[in-house]
Amino acid sequence: MRNGFFWAILFAVGLILVVALRLLISNDYFYFAGYVILQYIVLSTAWNILGGYTGYTNFGTGAFFAVGAYSSVVMHKLPALLLAAFQWKIPPIPLPVMILVGGCVSGLIGLGTGYLTLRLRGVFFAIATLALSIVVQTLIVNWSFVGGSRGVYIIRPAMAPLGGGYIQYLFTLMALMAVIAVGIARSIERSRLGLGFHAIRDDEQAAEASGVPTLRLKLISTTISGGLMGMAGAPLPYYIAHLDPTSSFDLQYAVNSVAMPVIGGLTNWIGPVIGAILLGSIQQLGTVGFFLDLSIPPTFNLLIVGLLLILFVIIAPNGIVGLVRSWLGRRET
Amino acid sequence: MISLDLLVNAIVAGILLGGFYAAVTVGVTISFGMLDIANIAQPAFILLGCYAAYLTNGWWGLDPIVTGIVMTPFFFVLGMVVYRLYYYAFERRGDQAIQGLAFFFGLLFVGEVSLVLIFGVDYRFVEAPYIGPSIHIGWVDLPLRMLFPCIGALIMVGITQLYLTRSFIGRAILAVSQDPGALQLMAASPTKIKQIAVGISIATCSVAGSFLIIIQPVEPSIGRDYIGRIFAICVLGGMTSMPGMLVAAMLLGVVENITSTFYGPSWSPAVAFGLLLVTLAVRPSGLLGRQ
Repeated sequence: MRNGFFWAILFAVGLILVVALRLLISNDYFYFAGYVILQYIVLSTAWNILGGYTGYTNFGTGAFFAVGAYSSVVMHKLPALLLAAFQWKIPPIPLPVMILVGGCVSGLIGLGTGYLTLRLRGVFFAIATLALSIVVQTLIVNWSFVGGSRGVYIIRPAMAPLGGGYIQYLFTLMALMAVIAVGIARSIERSRLGLGFHAIRDDEQAAEASGVPTLRLKLISTTISGGLMGMAGAPLPYYIAHLDPTSSFDLQYAVNSVAMPVIGGLTNWIGPVIGAILLGSIQQLGTVGFFLDLSIPPTFNLLIVGLLLILFVIIAPNGIVGLVRSWLGRRET
Repeated sequence: MISLDLLVNAIVAGILLGGFYAAVTVGVTISFGMLDIANIAQPAFILLGCYAAYLTNGWWGLDPIVTGIVMTPFFFVLGMVVYRLYYYAFERRGDQAIQGLAFFFGLLFVGEVSLVLIFGVDYRFVEAPYIGPSIHIGWVDLPLRMLFPCIGALIMVGITQLYLTRSFIGRAILAVSQDPGALQLMAASPTKIKQIAVGISIATCSVAGSFLIIIQPVEPSIGRDYIGRIFAICVLGGMTSMPGMLVAAMLLGVVENITSTFYGPSWSPAVAFGLLLVTLAVRPSGLLGRQ
């Protein structure tokens, strides 16, 4: 399938889904749950661009995600600050702008991480990203303007664009981001850039020796991946209304964004989407007590995610996509 | 102005803390530094050690350090099981770096969440006669709850170092770390030796966990703070060297303690991890590393 054609189909599917859902379903809870699943589609797709395509394991999803969220907090508080300090009047910054800025800030952090860790392979990179998320969290905890360790309350605007309530607006934006993230992932996969990423994943030294500009490609990879994670985090303050460092840097973001691509399948754009929809739905349904009429505590949901992750890396290292492929292959022969 | 006695106290407390960090890092130096098995689930095993000490202390009033030592065989077996699993699922298949890391990451997470489900998120602590009192030498305070783990850690590091350099299996472990292929030619199985090594590495968690719960009250998520510290020390110490690891641990302890004394405890995690990031970026071979 040609790239332009794929983008068109992706946008059409996204648009039809969002319009249909918003016409058919009026229950707010659906949008709260759907938002989280879409957010995980963005996060796991972003993780996969660096982890699955380029072969660099990032355990610091929480950092990029939270940086996006906190850049929104800063922009949310900016008009009031400018008014108090300089008597400048600027209108409240619209959410799509915040998402773009959040993406840029996280993308820059991704670029910085890439520079800082460009000599590190595999495990060291993974540990450095874990360290990064703790460093960023400490900075946020000590920054009182964005609430410090106590967190910050963000009041959702009463009016939402595009009709409907604010959560429907957030849902629509997140759906758009999911479409963009998946589109980017697939375009990369089919391009020279993607070939370069794969070369780095398979053997970085051999790639370098054959003339692949590994450093530049790695920086591009960390930047795109970080930027998308930041975009996914930018609407978070409006979603949860009270943002604090412990919850925004929660390990569950890192675990989920690793587990979803691994379970779905690492080397294909559809893998993280499958993983995110599957694991995201299980967690959301589990929380409201869909299974056996029992309300399962959120920690238990996370236990399931962890166990599934371990199970899949041992039994099916290529994820669901790999399983389906080997099944199809066996049938043909 | 920085007052001198505050500074000296911060340094002494930092050295004691560093000793404890060394105890936590011994295991990772063996598994990750020497054998290239990136066991980022180590903190989960350390927490398991903490809760074992907590339970026996609560039920029978056993001394936590005694529990830690008594439990080592069980942890040893647990470590061998984990390595077997890792070997069959990953090492045998060849290069599966991401999956292997994801496996340990999953293990860390499952360990933490299981502890939350069993014990809740409350802080747990143990009781022992040496928690509380401290020795005063001039204006330097030596709290016994820090001194005991530090001495214990030094003994632990010493025994491990002796074992690695003097015993047959210890030397075999070092040999695997240097050249597994050559070892195979000598008719020894790297897999079996690695299995023992990972067993030892996890066994140290039992003792290290008992030290941790003596030093501070424990809840399941504090393990996470130690991932960065452990690996920072291991890398800073030059991966394979026990003395290097000890020096790095003390250095980190002192820097962290000075930061928390003069700038407030909320900054100290960033110091450890910042140090790690800088080390990784500037000198990946560590302080006393080969190269």
